[in-house]
Amino acid sequence: MRLLTHNMLASNARGAVTGYPLKLQVVKWSTKEVEPNADFLRGILPKLDWPALVAATHALGLPELLPETPPTDAELSAEGAAEEEGGPLRRLHRALLEIHIEEGTLVCPDTERCFPISRGVPNMLLHEDEVRN
Amino acid sequence: MLDVALERGSEGDLLLADMGQGLGLRPGVIDGAISISAVQWLCNADKSCHNPRLRLKAFFGSLYRCLARGARAVLQFYADNVKQSEMIVTAAMRAGFAGGVVIDWPHSSKAKKSYLVLTCGPPSLHSSLPKGKGQDGVMCSDDDESNDGSGDDDEAQTVGIYERNRPKKRQKTKKNGKGKAWLLNKKEQMRRRGRDVPADTKYTGRKRKSYF
Repeated sequence: MRLLTHNMLASNARGAVTGYPLKLQVVKWSTKEVEPNADFLRGILPKLDWPALVAATHALGLPELLPETPPTDAELSAEGAAEEEGGPLRRLHRALLEIHIEEGTLVCPDTERCFPISRGVPNMLLHEDEVRN
Repeated sequence: MLDVALERGSEGDLLLADMGQGLGLRPGVIDGAISISAVQWLCNADKSCHNPRLRLKAFFGSLYRCLARGARAVLQFYADNVKQSEMIVTAAMRAGFAGGVVIDWPHSSKAKKSYLVLTCGPPSLHSSLPKGKGQDGVMCSDDDESNDGSGDDDEAQTVGIYERNRPKKRQKTKKNGKGKAWLLNKKEQMRRRGRDVPADTKYTGRKRKSYF
């Protein structure tokens, strides 16, 4: 599971006010490199919840990866932004798309309900008594 | 199925969840959604605690919330019968979606596919639904009175489903009438059988006035 997905997931269980953001407890993670796509990153930037993304990188043990404030669109669309190692675009790309969480747990901030992640797949199934009506 | 996806590898991310419990996604994050042969299963009650209507409501309600304004969802489904199809579409409309059903190849029982095409909130233009394949047909184009999330049960539904397999009226006669060649052939047959047949003249098989 990538951090992009984590940024969108919320707990839908009964008792959760927003169920977002899910706290990340990582046991195992890996990196898979992939070509950055500047247009995609610029398009997705407004949709991201930046504090949640930064918190997720901290949980992984990468506090320096992302800045506290999100990059601007100008920074991402600058000439050569994709090639600049360590530049804002490549950092964002690495955080969102190249980090894969293999084993761990997602914890609801409201109810502390744990959703396990195994083989990279989070299990979001709710028990019958947890379903909202 | 997840195991197969893991084995084959997929570009995107995988999740294990039950859509009848509601999609666990933050509001307004999704720009587009597709579903393939999944929604009809919400109509089944696989456990005693399942209530199909509530499951459909949870699914469409959460889908509406997590889609961004103007986003589109296309759900391909197989409905067992008209009742199931109506149940699905009603639930979608009650959640506040605009749209309708497009049916490809409505006459072929094998190739027939139903697509529930939904838009979230007022679309940018008064867009109509795409035409289904297989026949020129009327498609339902929806009127967009969709209110944000209010979805009253009693409000008039703003979608109609048109199945484009309207049976054509039986035509009176398909044959053009039997030609002269056929007539002469028939007379020859009868002669061979030994019957009494008038001779072939220039009047044989001539078109006559209708009073005849």
